[in-house]
Amino acid sequence: MHFTVVFSGLSGVCDRLRQARVRTPAAGSFSNVVKLKMAAVLQFPASVSTFNNYNDLYPDWTQTEVSTGTSIMAVEFEGGVVIGADSRTTTGAYIANRVTDKLTPIHERIFCCRSGSAADTQAIADAVTYQLGFHSIELDEAPLVQTAASLFRDMCYRYREELMAGIIVAGWDPRRGGQVYTVPVGGMMTRQPVSVGGSGSSYIYGYVDSNYRAGMSKEECLKFTAEALTLAMERDGSSGGVVRLAVISEQGVERQVILGNQLPKFSTV
Amino acid sequence: MATVSVCQYHRGGFSFENCKRNALLEADINKLGFSSPAARKTGTTICGVVYKDGVVLGADTRATEGMVVADKNCSKIHYISPNVYCCGAGTAADTEMTTQIISSNLELHSLSTGRLPRVATANRMLKQMLFRYQGYIGAALVLGGVDSTGPQLYSIYPHGSTDKLPYVTMGSGSLAAMAVFEDRYRPNMEEEEAKRLVRDAIAAGIFNDLGSGSNIDLCVITKGKVDYLRPHDVANKKGVREDKINGRPETGNYRYKHGTTGVLTKAVTPLNLEVVEESVQTMDTS
Repeated sequence: MHFTVVFSGLSGVCDRLRQARVRTPAAGSFSNVVKLKMAAVLQFPASVSTFNNYNDLYPDWTQTEVSTGTSIMAVEFEGGVVIGADSRTTTGAYIANRVTDKLTPIHERIFCCRSGSAADTQAIADAVTYQLGFHSIELDEAPLVQTAASLFRDMCYRYREELMAGIIVAGWDPRRGGQVYTVPVGGMMTRQPVSVGGSGSSYIYGYVDSNYRAGMSKEECLKFTAEALTLAMERDGSSGGVVRLAVISEQGVERQVILGNQLPKFSTV
Repeated sequence: MATVSVCQYHRGGFSFENCKRNALLEADINKLGFSSPAARKTGTTICGVVYKDGVVLGADTRATEGMVVADKNCSKIHYISPNVYCCGAGTAADTEMTTQIISSNLELHSLSTGRLPRVATANRMLKQMLFRYQGYIGAALVLGGVDSTGPQLYSIYPHGSTDKLPYVTMGSGSLAAMAVFEDRYRPNMEEEEAKRLVRDAIAAGIFNDLGSGSNIDLCVITKGKVDYLRPHDVANKKGVREDKINGRPETGNYRYKHGTTGVLTKAVTPLNLEVVEESVQTMDTS
């Protein structure tokens, strides 16, 4: 089965660091200097290997991991949620994909917004989609958004040393209506009425805190999300492209795209 | 780090600690002035485009080992299944073996399902394998094909992330090729236009990137047909050395024409020599 392969891969990855910490003191074949160096290096998460550090033919961006630089956001309203994201994926300073879709469906009325390492978040989303689909079939009813968020949290916490993933889970279920759960780097999970994430989120905390009101309508939420993401994209180099929005409610999912020239305009930008 | 360091029995899966040890050792060796052998890389420009009836994949043909060209005409477009092909950039061995493994698994899968394999299936298999190896397999791929759901194109990065797009480029020459695509791509192109566009994109990579060179290979995949054009365009023809004698070019001929050097005086002196001793020594040709 494809997904068991992913699980064993992730568990193996996790063992790497734990095992290394145990084995380093016993590695008698290396000199003390190397042992200390190894101990120092192994504490930190690894990036890509060192092939061709010395070769000018391959610029640095080809060696860095693909990351969704990102600005993502989700807002609850009466009857559903509005989620939004930018569309830029970078490898270092090069934009690998300028029309990325970071709003990934996990189930019919549950989506996740992905930020962090593109490979990690895609793999996690695929694994959770499988788990949630299986769970939903066993239950013979639509899964809860909280269940989806818990699955994300379990995976992100268990493999927290190996993963770099900040995820916002949002959706609608019949029991509790529209919900937004945030699972940032490290694996915490908490429910919030409005949540922002990604590298661009730092620039819009003030805007979001001052402009959010409880009890906004669907159209107000859409406008609020679009404006917040536009401001984040203007200031953050790793965010840009188009704004992708989605509204999830009892009726289903409506998706829209706001192209670069149609973004809301602010006086200073 | 917040994890608790508990002595745990090795649970299974990969352990990458030797990779870090190797990196440290290599740094130490480099400090002493020696260098470890360079892996052969396909410097590369590879790209793909979705057009009206299918996909066109393109690649250059240069393989480098450090700063030396190891193979002037290597094949970078690999077979995955009758309707799916994959271009590979990065470490040559990694792209070759990865595509062969997935091709083999996909054939077994296709026999099991009784259907022609889908491009999305190949994409899933490739991304899950590359993610499992956490980026240590240096394979950056452009996967394209036509199946029952239509023509599809994916770019797959070494860490296991993928993007499904109408046009993609990868490799060291990808910026040059992407510039051509961003200028001239249109949706639903005709086959000739798409082939010209891919050819020009690879040519941009060949002429502007040191890691790419030699010829341009193309692979046109449509429903029920694959045109593997190798080479499609010999962009860098090796010239012929011209030392013309009687109008024909003679390579490596260093004879000068009579009269190149003017003769001022000429004196001929015959040498009368007697044969003193004659002996034959046989050559050891065993």
